[in-house]
Amino acid sequence: MPLIELRGIERVFQLGDSTVHALSRLDLAIDVGEYVAVMGPSGSGKSTLLNLLGLLDRPDAGAYRLEGRDVTTLSPEEQAEVRSRRIGFVFQSFHLVPRLSAAENIALPMTLAGVPAKERAGRVARALQDFALENRADHRPDQLSGGQRQRVAIARATIMNPALILADEPTGNLDRHTGDEVVRLLEALNGRGVTIVVVTHDPTLGARARRQLVMEDGRLQHDSGKPA
Amino acid sequence: MRPADILRFARVAATGYPLRTALSVLAMSIGVAAVVVLTALGDGARRYVVGQFASLGTNLVIVLPGKTGTGGFNPATAITSTPRDLTIDDAAALLRAPAVKRLAPLAVGTSEISYGGKLREGLVAGSTAQFLEVRNFELAQGRFLPDEDWHRGSAVAVIGAKIREEIFGPNAAVGQLVRIGDRRVRIVGVLKSSGQGLGMNTDELVIVPVALAQAMFNSNTLFRILVEAKSREAIPAAKAEVLEILKTRHQGEEDVTVITQDAVLATFDKLLGALTLGVAGIAAISLAVAGILVMNVMLVAVTQRTAEIGLLKALGATGRTIRLAFLAEAAMLSTVGAGVGYLLGHLGAFGVRLAFPVFPAYPPHWAVVAGLTTALATGLLFGVMPARRAARLDPVQALMKH
Repeated sequence: MPLIELRGIERVFQLGDSTVHALSRLDLAIDVGEYVAVMGPSGSGKSTLLNLLGLLDRPDAGAYRLEGRDVTTLSPEEQAEVRSRRIGFVFQSFHLVPRLSAAENIALPMTLAGVPAKERAGRVARALQDFALENRADHRPDQLSGGQRQRVAIARATIMNPALILADEPTGNLDRHTGDEVVRLLEALNGRGVTIVVVTHDPTLGARARRQLVMEDGRLQHDSGKPA
Repeated sequence: MRPADILRFARVAATGYPLRTALSVLAMSIGVAAVVVLTALGDGARRYVVGQFASLGTNLVIVLPGKTGTGGFNPATAITSTPRDLTIDDAAALLRAPAVKRLAPLAVGTSEISYGGKLREGLVAGSTAQFLEVRNFELAQGRFLPDEDWHRGSAVAVIGAKIREEIFGPNAAVGQLVRIGDRRVRIVGVLKSSGQGLGMNTDELVIVPVALAQAMFNSNTLFRILVEAKSREAIPAAKAEVLEILKTRHQGEEDVTVITQDAVLATFDKLLGALTLGVAGIAAISLAVAGILVMNVMLVAVTQRTAEIGLLKALGATGRTIRLAFLAEAAMLSTVGAGVGYLLGHLGAFGVRLAFPVFPAYPPHWAVVAGLTTALATGLLFGVMPARRAARLDPVQALMKH
């Protein structure tokens, strides 16, 4: 059974008088443990796809099954619950809460989910160790380097042990070296069985994924994983 | 999200923008402080006046010549005199009323009092020995007027503390002969200093027998008859009896006004109570303004933190969690504001009491409770709209804003 199953997905935006088909008749299946890169020019629908996979956006038509469960019909509160337990996000601009320390930022998903403080402390300590951030626990985001910030963001994305990590240009704001570091972290997570979907412009980053999807005008132009 | 975490999150969020937070706390605290101080002033005025009336004497029924149109207390009748005479014999006749404990006729006028080359203008009150008990006066030295025939008018006087001080200085006053108007009068007693007593400052009063006063001012009219009822319950009976007796004596014509201290007191109590309420209402407007300010601050906070709200949603926060977090922040701002305002208000009332020791400027409890609850309620009420707006933000749109 695939982790993600999209069937006949449509997403239409109304821009003034014209209608834009951000996604049209999209069918896609991603198995558990896959490492997928989504590429394509700006406006091809990559980000819309990612938002849709992350339940931040709803399709206008079609069905989205996550772990065999139809999630398009869930209420907003139920979708929040699915985001909380099953999905982790990594953003290009990190999206850390500026007034919270690194440790508090990592703990944020657990805080929102109502995990007891004691358990939070233990899991945050382990995550800080895993991502080599022990000395940065009490630093605020503006006291961290870009690489450290993205490591905090990845630690935050994984703290709830999600099945799926969605990364939107995770290396876009980083230099080559720190970018590589972040990619290796994501690949290590994939090595432990977490499904990774990365949206990127960067062909070298895309080439490292085991499966490449190329999008254009809201359609899948190329899927390396599909037997031709 | 656990309640403790929501509170902590809201606190960190509020302290993350110190200026904004300080301003809204300040606005709220000024509102609450205004309620506390203004009601303290209003209620202080009420207590002051009531206290002044109480110091007039207890269970008093006051008879004044002339008839006012309505039964209510008209401040004008307390000042103006009327042509209809009220005589010493009228007063003496009232002693027959069973509900009357004691009474004192009162004739007043101003005259010059002189001694050893010093001259002073003073209010001269003509009355009887019972005046002392009826008005709750206390003597500092000597004795009061002699209990004699009311028509006799011995040449004696009792003076107030200030008059004594000004005319005799450090020398003994009791036993001295002074001149009041064109009469020579012996000082027999000095009143204890008691301060202001509703327009009639007893410290500057000269009390002589009523017949003497009438002779001095060449009139046989009384200014007032002060009647003390046997008890508080006997006041209505005393009033009715007094009216009946005077009506009989005045050929069946009801040409006097009888007011009770209770009625006067109740009128002032109501009047000043309403004043306090009005002032509290005005102060409450500033609370509403503070509430609107909290709403604005929270709306700005929602706009400022749009990206953060999008992030929280992406991280699995439900709309309810986000609503609660913003409501908690608004509640926190108004709670702290209300607390600070409460302290400021009490400090202000304390300052007023320090500056005017005779003025009992204590805020009434109802005003304090109402002020604090209004502050919290407006804070929460005006926090609802921004919180709902935050919860309804579209996460995709919110995340795109940096």
